[in-house]
Amino acid sequence: MPRFPTLTFLLLSAAGIAALAEPRKFDLPAETGTYRSGEGSQLAQTFCLNCHSTEYVETQPPMPEKFWDANVKKMKDKFGATLPDDITPLVKYLSANYGAPAAVR
Amino acid sequence: MISKPFSRRSFLQQSALALGGAVGASAAGEASVEMPFANGHRRLVKFSQKREMILLTHRPPQLETPFAVFNDGLLTPNDAFFVRYHLSGLPESIDAETFRLSVKGLVKTPLSLSLADLKGMDSVEVVAVNQCSGNSRGFFQPRVAGGQSGNGAMGNARWKGVRLKDVLDKAGVSEGAKQVVCDGLDKPVVPATPDFIKSLEIDHARDGEIVLAYEMNGKELPMLNGYPLRLVVPGYYGTYWIKHLSELNVVGETFAGFFMSIGYRIPQTPGGCVEPGTTPTSTVPITKFKIRSFLTSHMDGDKLNKNQEITLRGIAFDSGAGITEVQLSTDGGQTWQGAKLGKDLGKYSFREWTFAWKPGASGAASLQCRAFNRLGETQPTTPLWNPAGYMRNVVESTSVTIL
Ligand code: HEC
Repeated sequence: MPRFPTLTFLLLSAAGIAALAEPRKFDLPAETGTYRSGEGSQLAQTFCLNCHSTEYVETQPPMPEKFWDANVKKMKDKFGATLPDDITPLVKYLSANYGAPAAVR
Repeated sequence: MISKPFSRRSFLQQSALALGGAVGASAAGEASVEMPFANGHRRLVKFSQKREMILLTHRPPQLETPFAVFNDGLLTPNDAFFVRYHLSGLPESIDAETFRLSVKGLVKTPLSLSLADLKGMDSVEVVAVNQCSGNSRGFFQPRVAGGQSGNGAMGNARWKGVRLKDVLDKAGVSEGAKQVVCDGLDKPVVPATPDFIKSLEIDHARDGEIVLAYEMNGKELPMLNGYPLRLVVPGYYGTYWIKHLSELNVVGETFAGFFMSIGYRIPQTPGGCVEPGTTPTSTVPITKFKIRSFLTSHMDGDKLNKNQEITLRGIAFDSGAGITEVQLSTDGGQTWQGAKLGKDLGKYSFREWTFAWKPGASGAASLQCRAFNRLGETQPTTPLWNPAGYMRNVVESTSVTIL
């Protein structure tokens, strides 16, 4: 039992009200991923970081070039990504650095 | 309160085993896990209001629950509950005082409700599983694009709030209403990206099951789980559980937004699946959970002693028909025996099951579980497949060694 139950109660409820009034914020840890270095990585840095972090690419399964081609087209056609007219260098970069190993391509 | 019949083991040890891989530390000393599929390396990262979770993506945040958590109790703690956003335009801050839910469209009285208004209405509580449509996508063969989750994009919580039905009745739904279009405060980064908006059929919206939740397991919702208000759509995949719910728009037609008409669709076939690697001819929006069950007490690679009785334990759930039976096989699916069902926390909750087992022969053993519900539905022995990697519910197998 606290010695001054009423006082403790008052203090606690004041703290409770203050906590309620405080707007909540997202307190997100710093993003750490970068695109893997390789020919064309500058393209990914320029065009593929605006809407999401690199893990979207990093965590995809190792897949052949047509997967990455479909992926880049989806970003442009469905999600409104602003991309260069010729997407081939981007697709080549993704496929070379995140794609299936040559053996299963 | 539910009792804690579940055993506790070291968190890291269990997550390693649950994932069928090793917990390691990178050069930077950072914890990580290996999911049991190609390119399954994941960092364990701590976000605000969360314990260390499996990091899928930083921006927008996507966090998976370490599987060991499911053996700790039937309710998934708020700080371990999975997180899944689509869009990176998160609100700067959310003020409980100024937050409003707007109810508009085909209603007699458009409303702008404060949290206090909502808390002043009749409250309800429901224990319900939320599961991502793409939970377990990483296991799909052939692999498919999307969030590469293991089995931890699910959780079970006690949600408290007001019925969507009561809110709609307060506004008075007009003649000709067909759907309720639901939007939250998260927005796309650029206007060209479609906003994440979902719609519910008007009859579903008014059936009294859907809740606008302001509490999760007795506390306010964590920011990353939709503070201060989220839609709870029991039995339906998480895509409908709009976070930071700010708008309900009653419309007279079928809403055609991207995440209803192009995204989150399944083949229009029995079971929502097609031959692996093929394209469906027509699709429909994803809706209810398929029945699933998991062994949570033992993980791939566990070693057990011959002739020593142990308790196998796990969870089962479906979309609300109700789990009637869980069966266990300790011989790789040749013979099956009934498990004992635990306390019933409601038809939308995880249901605990236990099974006493004394391994008789040494060597490798494959443990499997399968659930049945009131409709007689059960789980398939070979995985169903669809191009988006949704609704996995194959009978799970756990390989152990008997010494
Ligand atoms: C205009 C915004 C935008 C840009 C720019 C963008 N993306 Fe995306 N991307 C999205 C959205 C939205 C999603 C879906 C997010 C979700 O559901 O979590 C997505 C998802 C993905 C995924 C996950 C797989 C999938 O199909 O959902 C990959 C991989 C990806 N993007 C790669 C890229 C690459 C590579 C680039 C650069 C060529 C790029 N993105 C640029 C918006 C964008």
